[in-house]
Amino acid sequence: MSVLKVEDLSASYRKNKVLSDVNFNVKPGSLTGIIGPNGAGKSTLLKVMLELHPSLSGKVSFFDSTLAKTKRRVGYVPQRGSVDWDFPTNALDVVLMGLYGKIGWFKWPSKQDKELALEALAQMGMADYADRQISQLSGGQQQRVFLARALVQDADLYFMDEPLVGVDAATETAIMTTLKRLKSAGKTVMVVHHDLLTVEDYFDHVMLLNRTIVEYGKTDEVFTKDNVQKTYGGSLRWMKEA
Amino acid sequence: MLDIFLSPNAQWVLFSTLILGTAAGMVGCLSYWKRQSLMSDALSHAALPGVVIAFSILGYKNLPFMIFGAAVSAFIGAWLIQLIRSSSRVKEDAAMGLILSVFFGLGIMLLTVVSRKGGGNQAGLDSFIFGQAASMVRTDVYTMMAVAIVIIAVVIIGFKEWKLFLFDPDFAKGLGLSSRLMDGLYLAMLVLVIVIGIQAVGVILMAALLIIPPVSAHYWTMSFKRMLVLSAIFGGGSGLLGTLISTMGKGWPTGPFIVIASASIFLVSVLAGTQRGLLVRALQLQLQRKQHRLESRPIPRQPVKEGK
Amino acid sequence: MSYEGWILLTAALVGISCGVMGVFLILRRMAMMADAISHTVLLGIVTAYLITRELSGWHMLVGAIIAGLLTAVFVQWLHSLGVQQDASIGVVFTTLFAIGVIMIATKTGNVHLDVQHALMGEITFVPWQTMEIPLLGEVPQATFILSIVLAIVLVMILAFYKEWKITTFDAALAASLGIPVMLMHYVFMTLVSITTVASFDAVGAIMVVAMLITPAAAAYLWTDKLSIMLVLSAVFGVLSAIGGYYIASWIDTSISGSMAFATGILFLISFIGSPRHGFISRYIRPVTLAKE
Repeated sequence: MSVLKVEDLSASYRKNKVLSDVNFNVKPGSLTGIIGPNGAGKSTLLKVMLELHPSLSGKVSFFDSTLAKTKRRVGYVPQRGSVDWDFPTNALDVVLMGLYGKIGWFKWPSKQDKELALEALAQMGMADYADRQISQLSGGQQQRVFLARALVQDADLYFMDEPLVGVDAATETAIMTTLKRLKSAGKTVMVVHHDLLTVEDYFDHVMLLNRTIVEYGKTDEVFTKDNVQKTYGGSLRWMKEA
Repeated sequence: MLDIFLSPNAQWVLFSTLILGTAAGMVGCLSYWKRQSLMSDALSHAALPGVVIAFSILGYKNLPFMIFGAAVSAFIGAWLIQLIRSSSRVKEDAAMGLILSVFFGLGIMLLTVVSRKGGGNQAGLDSFIFGQAASMVRTDVYTMMAVAIVIIAVVIIGFKEWKLFLFDPDFAKGLGLSSRLMDGLYLAMLVLVIVIGIQAVGVILMAALLIIPPVSAHYWTMSFKRMLVLSAIFGGGSGLLGTLISTMGKGWPTGPFIVIASASIFLVSVLAGTQRGLLVRALQLQLQRKQHRLESRPIPRQPVKEGK
Repeated sequence: MSYEGWILLTAALVGISCGVMGVFLILRRMAMMADAISHTVLLGIVTAYLITRELSGWHMLVGAIIAGLLTAVFVQWLHSLGVQQDASIGVVFTTLFAIGVIMIATKTGNVHLDVQHALMGEITFVPWQTMEIPLLGEVPQATFILSIVLAIVLVMILAFYKEWKITTFDAALAASLGIPVMLMHYVFMTLVSITTVASFDAVGAIMVVAMLITPAAAAYLWTDKLSIMLVLSAVFGVLSAIGGYYIASWIDTSISGSMAFATGILFLISFIGSPRHGFISRYIRPVTLAKE
């Protein structure tokens, strides 16, 4: 069974083609870092796969089926900057939103749902902040709330857009521990990532992307100097020793 | 039709809406790139209380003084929007809607009181809501034209400064261009063009004169300079056309016809604009698809795939 | 009920329905959409009148819904063509409004419908246009329509409360969970349109914007909970509607104008005095919670 299969995917943003002929097949239980220079189409790739942005051509299948039929099994963590943190609501409520799809139309969240949400917050070390208005959380805390919201969705496949940008060290550790725990529970996680130095520590698979896939595979096989330079156009100084 | 051209007063009115449209088109172009198109709507509504207060102080209609009143009240509106936005969590759109409607409400309150006390004089004030170019007298036209010409001159003289200020205000600051000065100048021009326009077009539709021409112009060109020129031409053209049409019927308001003229130009631009018009776009998409097919499918004629 | 009683009831109904809708309007950053729809609804009303030659509340309601939806569709369409959001709003509403004014000026000959009335509203006429309702007897038509609209608004908001919340807060997540974001957007615009047109008789086109936005903005300064914000906004709406009525009768002026003015005063008080997000608290109590 394949978790996610992408064939000949192309997409344009305004006049420019940002993705062309993207093909890949994701193994279940892998933790993949999507790496590439600015404008390489990393966020666009996530959005196109989730049908939040139109594609020019290509086919994406989730769990050998379509997205519409498997929506429950797919979780998405947008960039933190994409929402208005002044929204009048608290951390627990935001986490509860992850359950809205499951709760269904017309029904209100039950006590059980709230316990699930609290548990997810606790897992991210945020139990004490459940009642806190979201604008009064720090950047790292906001990101942890987003992660908790993804956890509560209990999906089998997660997409995360730059979850480690602008967060403190403690949050980064907490997030990575969570991602690794998800992986060992058999979930598949794909993360847009920007920090080349941490790739080897964090991910077992790497997707090098620059408008199309340069290389995709196990980190120790694919994350080489040559491949990274190919992705970044050679302008990048290779910082790894040996 | 011909007698319009024979009447000297009508000619003056025509000329004044032409100049007004041109000035509004240019200032609107600046607003468009400052991403403040709706600010003009808020400020034109906010001008109403000032107009009424100025009128009631003098007791008769005097355009320069009423323009002054309108400008003061629009400035207060602009300042309040800025204050609400910067020192509370209320966002800009809500702040604009709030000031717009509350000021307009206050204006209507005052207008009702004034027209109850002043009796017959209110006819002149009503035209400030919908605009009645024909009600303007010679001195009104002079005032309007003088202000409009100053505005046009300021935009032209400072062309490259405006461009820099709109495109990259931080960089402009680095070059020693005071963004506070430019902001102040921009706001002053915006307020002035609005207040000279409300007599002809009315507070409700004044915004259209500032918003529609630049949007239309953007469909024809990517250069800021050409966009500014086109926007001025579109604005002036619709001012002229709208006024002409409105003189054909008795008691027809000027403002709505100017807006319709402007909207017609806009419609043509959306369809046929050479830069981003619908026709051009459709062609581009076709081309992109074709190219994509050629690039990605070297083998001609594959079995037809279903869906996308 | 007494003459004044009906007016106050109508004003209160406007306050509640606008207050509730306004909360989502400002949180969705669509305050100016409310301004746009309040103008274009005029075109819907005029068209409905020209087709049916009748000034019936129900025809107007249908006309207004169509005009409101058209506005939303046009704005969305222009935006998808690359025009900035606020510029598209500006183009669409001024054009549709101009068409409406021209139709009034040229076709209707100012007989039954005058622009002034539609723009300013005239709540003092409301109690005179009555209709027969079973069990209740003679009820002013505008008041009856307003109660129906309020009921619709409340049912829709409560039934889809969590969907409104999530599409407002995080549309991308909502879409990825399978919630039809675009459909919700158009349903929302429909609700704004019917609220606007139902409030027309009482407060008119432009002052309805004040009733929609200002109480909600004031409520936003007092609370961090959406449910409380909704209740507060409705309360503020009622207070300013009724307060406005008394201000108007005190200095003998336009009632709708005074209501708009009263919302402004309420906002001013909140803006200066709110303990959480007010002007004073911002400077007296430095931020201690934000960063830890």
